[in-house]
Amino acid sequence: MPDVLVLVDHDGERVHKSTYELLAAARRLGDPAAVVVGAPGTAARLKESLARQGATSVYAAESAEAGEFLVTPAVDALELAVREAPPAAVLVSATTDGREVAARLAARLDSGLLIDAVDLDSSGVVTQIVFGGSYTVRSQVTHGVPVITVRPGAFEPEEHPGEVAERALTLPATDPAASARITARRAAPAGDRPGLTEAAVVVSGGRGVGAADGFKVVEELADALGGAVGASRAAVDAGYYPHQFQVGQTGKSVSPQLYIALGISGAIQHLAGMQTSKTIVAVNKDPEAPILDLADYGVVGDLFAVAPQLTQEVAARRAVG
Amino acid sequence: MNIVVLVKQVPDSGAERTLSTDDHTLDREDADLVLDEINERAAEEALRLKESVDAEVTVVSMGPDSALEAIRKVLAMGADRGIHVCDDRLHGADVLTTAKVLAAAVRRVGDIDLVLAGNATTDGQASAVPAVVADLLGLPQVTHARELTVDAGRVRAERQTENGEATLDAPLPALVSVTEKINDPRYPSFKGIMAAKKKPVDTVDLDDLFPDADDAGFLVARTRVVEAVPRPPRAAGIRITDDGSAGRQLVEHLIARKLV
Ligand SMILES: Cc1cc2nc3c(=O)[nH]c(=O)nc-3n(C[C@H](O)[C@H](O)[C@H](O)COP(=O)(O)OP(=O)(O)OC[C@H]3O[C@@H](n4cnc5c(N)ncnc54)[C@H](O)[C@@H]3O)c2cc1C
Ligand SMILES: Nc1ncnc2c1ncn2[C@@H]1O[C@H](COP(=O)(O)O)[C@@H](O)[C@H]1O
Repeated sequence: MPDVLVLVDHDGERVHKSTYELLAAARRLGDPAAVVVGAPGTAARLKESLARQGATSVYAAESAEAGEFLVTPAVDALELAVREAPPAAVLVSATTDGREVAARLAARLDSGLLIDAVDLDSSGVVTQIVFGGSYTVRSQVTHGVPVITVRPGAFEPEEHPGEVAERALTLPATDPAASARITARRAAPAGDRPGLTEAAVVVSGGRGVGAADGFKVVEELADALGGAVGASRAAVDAGYYPHQFQVGQTGKSVSPQLYIALGISGAIQHLAGMQTSKTIVAVNKDPEAPILDLADYGVVGDLFAVAPQLTQEVAARRAVG
Repeated sequence: MNIVVLVKQVPDSGAERTLSTDDHTLDREDADLVLDEINERAAEEALRLKESVDAEVTVVSMGPDSALEAIRKVLAMGADRGIHVCDDRLHGADVLTTAKVLAAAVRRVGDIDLVLAGNATTDGQASAVPAVVADLLGLPQVTHARELTVDAGRVRAERQTENGEATLDAPLPALVSVTEKINDPRYPSFKGIMAAKKKPVDTVDLDDLFPDADDAGFLVARTRVVEAVPRPPRAAGIRITDDGSAGRQLVEHLIARKLV
């Protein structure tokens, strides 16, 4: 089987779940070869968990400065790995960093780039959902080593333990005139909630929540359901909730089992980020709100009455098991 | 300072967007075309710099004839001159071709200090063109900035991503992409709109940008759409009006569907 390169997302200590999803996707095309870019010693720390999830080899692309520059070290590492042994494809998570890494790599290789795959078959045909869920498109790379970004949450991680070979890549020195240096990082407060794009349940609040305080109602329902909290752009712009939780065209795209929209009208740009959810529930006091036209379960009512009652009911059922 | 702003004209995201049946590219004929909203913010950032340091702002757009309107809008906001890359052969161009063309257009401007772009377009949403332009021009990429400072030959930015924030630092010349949260763009004034009509716009095609390149090598299709199917619109399901028990009814429904 040919190798399929997978860029590992990690925080130095742990592998992100999106990488396990990539390894599962990669196994459809060949043997997953995980590329770890980071400070010396990182690959050794991550090797075991990568092997458990199906990586058959782990490349260590390590240097003291690899973590200090934005994007370019990962592009350099993947380019080196591809030139050493051309793989069947390169898979990268469609995160903010991942999109940029993949595109720069494709440019250097003059390869076809497919973005935001939600599915992938063994012949390399990729499924994408475009225009906020209005079209399903199937495409294929016809030139060069395929470079594919995969939407986080689209694949299920699969345990597939096995032997893992170690390989090393010697990263070139970074040119500080051609790369941006990362001088500080502030991790998004992790909290106890699942990540927005990974959660099986997302509860989002909109302008109808009325104030930052009001988001307690949204958070309590999310916590009762073990879900993540999202927000419309109007709620973010009004300062009710931080930007990283924005769902929609210019925010995150989510596709959970259950999406609950509280006080959200359903503007097309919001729908673009959530209308591929399996089940949509909406609570809105305006019977004309467009979100009610596509909700599987629509409640015309005040979110401050309906959501707390739902929270209480869910908690009560959970308590009796 | 020499600043280039990359702007794209896109179909209004508030309207329905369709793919043409013959070549699966975006149907632009029936769409309302607007200057991409985040690009207005990139332009605003350039104009603020122009107000604090002496700068010339060139706006670059690749697109059909109509893209000239997007360029004129940025000129009306206060930019100095435009470059419009317009060539039928670029119809349906992918991220890589777009970036190669934009990089070549930026090179035409000569010695630049800063290239500004939006972090994502609302139609392509690749969020990748700026990074590739940086790669091709050998510039540091300072992307997804929600805050920007240009000072003493360096650029500093707060980069915002799903994993949190990072402070970036790079020497000029550099490429910066901005998020929708960076500023509130100005509206062109009447005077600005009148002045924009007289500002120079250089219209170029691929032969101008790549006099030596052979097109075949440059415009090679790297991907192929096998199939494009419109997704069925979602239909409304159950609808109730809250009589004080909606929360209870909802939980029964969710349990029946094994969602709780
Ligand atoms: C280029 C572009 C990109 C955009 N990107 C995004 C994006 O990524 N994400 C996004 O969300 N939007 C985006 N928007 C904005 C979008 O067009 C809407 O303005 C936004 O989604 C509206 O948010 P909302 O539904 O919370 O607010 P509103 O439209 O104001 O709706 C609030 C709703 O709350 C209801 N309500 C009020 N009080 C209560 C109550 N007590 N109980 C129940 N219901 C109540 C009201 O009936 C109303 O329907 C974008 C717009 C543009 C132009
Ligand atoms: N055809 C184009 N002409 C000019 N600038 C563009 C074009 N396409 C993309 N860009 C720039 O790249 C940014 C990000 O686009 P994208 O990578 O397509 O999401 C946009 O906000 C623009 O600044």
